[in-house]
Amino acid sequence: MTTDAEDHAPAELTGAELVVRTLVDLGVDVVFGYPGGAVLPIYDAIFKQNELRHILVRHEQGAVHAAEGYARSTGKVGTVLVTSGPGATNSVTGLTDALMDSIPVVCLTGQVPTHMIGNDAFQEADTVGITRPCTKHNYLIKEVDNLCQVIREAYYIASAGRPGPVVVDLPKDVVMAKAPYVPECAAPGNGLEHRSYRPQRAPDADAVKRTVELLTRAKRPLFYAGGGVINAGPDAAQSLAALVQRTGYPITNTLMGLGCYPGSDPLFLGMLGMHGTYEANMAMAECDLMIAVGARFDDRVTGRLADFSRGSTKVQIDIDPSSINKNVPVDVAMVGDAGLALDAILAEWEASGAEPSAQVAAWWRQIDKWRGRDCLRYKNSSNTIKPQYALQRLYEATKGRDSYFTTEVGQHQMWAAQFLKFEEPNRWMTSGGLGTMGYGFPAAMGVQVAHPDSLVIDIAGEASLLMTIQELSTMVQYRLPVKTFLLNNEYMGMVRQWQEFFHGGRYAESYMDSLPDFVKLAESFGATGLRARRPEEVDGVIEAMIETPGPVIADILVDKEENVYPMIPAGAAHYEMKLGPEHGELEERSEDGMVLV
Amino acid sequence: MSDDAERRTLSVLVENEPGVLARVIGLFSGRGYNIESLTVAEVEHDKRLSRINLVTSGSAMVIEQIKAQLDRLVPIHKVSDLGSEGPYIERELALIKVVATGEKRVESLRIADIFRAHVVDSEIDSFVFEMTGKGTKIDAFIRLMTPLGLTEISRTGVVAITRGKESI
Repeated sequence: MTTDAEDHAPAELTGAELVVRTLVDLGVDVVFGYPGGAVLPIYDAIFKQNELRHILVRHEQGAVHAAEGYARSTGKVGTVLVTSGPGATNSVTGLTDALMDSIPVVCLTGQVPTHMIGNDAFQEADTVGITRPCTKHNYLIKEVDNLCQVIREAYYIASAGRPGPVVVDLPKDVVMAKAPYVPECAAPGNGLEHRSYRPQRAPDADAVKRTVELLTRAKRPLFYAGGGVINAGPDAAQSLAALVQRTGYPITNTLMGLGCYPGSDPLFLGMLGMHGTYEANMAMAECDLMIAVGARFDDRVTGRLADFSRGSTKVQIDIDPSSINKNVPVDVAMVGDAGLALDAILAEWEASGAEPSAQVAAWWRQIDKWRGRDCLRYKNSSNTIKPQYALQRLYEATKGRDSYFTTEVGQHQMWAAQFLKFEEPNRWMTSGGLGTMGYGFPAAMGVQVAHPDSLVIDIAGEASLLMTIQELSTMVQYRLPVKTFLLNNEYMGMVRQWQEFFHGGRYAESYMDSLPDFVKLAESFGATGLRARRPEEVDGVIEAMIETPGPVIADILVDKEENVYPMIPAGAAHYEMKLGPEHGELEERSEDGMVLV
Repeated sequence: MSDDAERRTLSVLVENEPGVLARVIGLFSGRGYNIESLTVAEVEHDKRLSRINLVTSGSAMVIEQIKAQLDRLVPIHKVSDLGSEGPYIERELALIKVVATGEKRVESLRIADIFRAHVVDSEIDSFVFEMTGKGTKIDAFIRLMTPLGLTEISRTGVVAITRGKESI
């Protein structure tokens, strides 16, 4: 005979089952991971259910990048599951990458049992200690009783305010212990206010008013929008477009912001920064009003700080108060969600009957002169494939399609940012802050998992690709048809470019000798390899790459010594930009540049 | 300290949980900020709150960054820049050991009296003095005790609180 109390007692589950149950309750549909001793109970719990899908990567760094690609392309939190010790340490590069680029990721790490912590046990590492500086926050769960609440809190922290990676360290005895399962347990993000972390979302009304006044009075205004707009969601990008188009003022994007404003709109000046367009950088230098939205004045954007846009009044909108006045002092600081702030500015604009400043016509004439320099022009060749040409052809072939692009890090990344145009947010995934070679290939895998029917292309360099090439095995296993557009110049191109400019042309260790045959390499994994050697082969290879089912590596043999232009010499100001050989402006060859980063 | 650097006392209310001090210290070392003094203890057991009193220095822009960076750490409840919120009191406690006999021993006791330091341990050839006060007062006491046989100093670092009825 049972009592009433027993009838209503919540079911007891193991910690491992609670982990899986909570993830499903949170709406997590996929986890990228790699098993090991400390997480075997969780893998057992995954095995026994069908709601949570697991993608087995080939290296834990790949799992985090895949989760980043998943997160960046969906706006949801990406989830990672790795074991203790080396599983956790291998995830550190991905976590740091997600921290620098504000990507919401939750990484569940196994840990040795609590009674063995601190004893140098097999596969023990101080995971919370190691990941403290490379996560937004981390937890070590010592009691199974608060497991569900902490996991829910981890998802809240990863996505609230400025997003970032969160680690939850799970000792083996905790995931084997039993506790009652409480559906929808109260936690931050689920009915409870967080005790201490409550980022401000609504913008200050006075700052909004002042911004509108400045917008109506400006002679040379410029919007400067970054990845924060994308993190604020697709609605924020729409709000940005509405405000920019209402004013008719020019806009530039950071590398991370590409896609937050339609790339083919005439008000868009292209990317700014070290390899940004001439018109975007000159407009930054000469503007009298700068509206920074979700952008953090990175050193690749500002150039020499002392000469950064000296004549402008600056408004900065950011959800993270520490991003304001960090590198560049601003005149109006607006802490809050980018979408809410932009909506408030537009509402105030309409309510106050504001009209765009009449003097902006002269500003546009100036901008059009800069545009007339055609700064991305390069000398094409009929014998050698120019990387810029290959990307232009790729853009033409994919324009208007449901496509997503990731990149590795280096020259190809900058050319991709220059020559591809993005009409929507969440279509462009790149490692901006940390500059992680090897990011794009596993990130593309995560994007493809989230968008199985879309065209997902990793624009790669051969040096970066070799850093995470093992994930080709994962792509083949799960039939993820990622297309890798490999701009193969047999050099670490950006390293070689800097050695040419700043180190007397001494190409120390930047030549990739003994490269694999990428076609055979693809085939050995069970994927397809293609190759283009001459310009006339490029279109055919692009078409075949897109049409061939399954993962494809298209090995595009490009000019070995092409340099990325335009270029703001490191440590110089925007107006000192060099346009390149096509314009008779070369970067100064000087070893003074050696000290720069 | 550069020319435009200013000294600031910050009081930081934090969740009393493992690792919170490491987060604060890691932030300072990772971003190259100064810590002149740091004290921490639980102040409200029921609310699980600890208070960190932190003395730092930097330019106005750096001080603003330090406050913003601290404030975005998840377990931090409140960051107060005491100087910017009106007058405040700073105190430090020191235990100072002086090993001396004869005239020097008598002189150390006389100076301790002037400084209102208490003798908390006494042997035939040594004293341990306890004193509280501003850091500068303790510095002055140490300077006078040094030639008299000072052998060991233990200081708590700064604790601070605002004057008047307002709380942080």
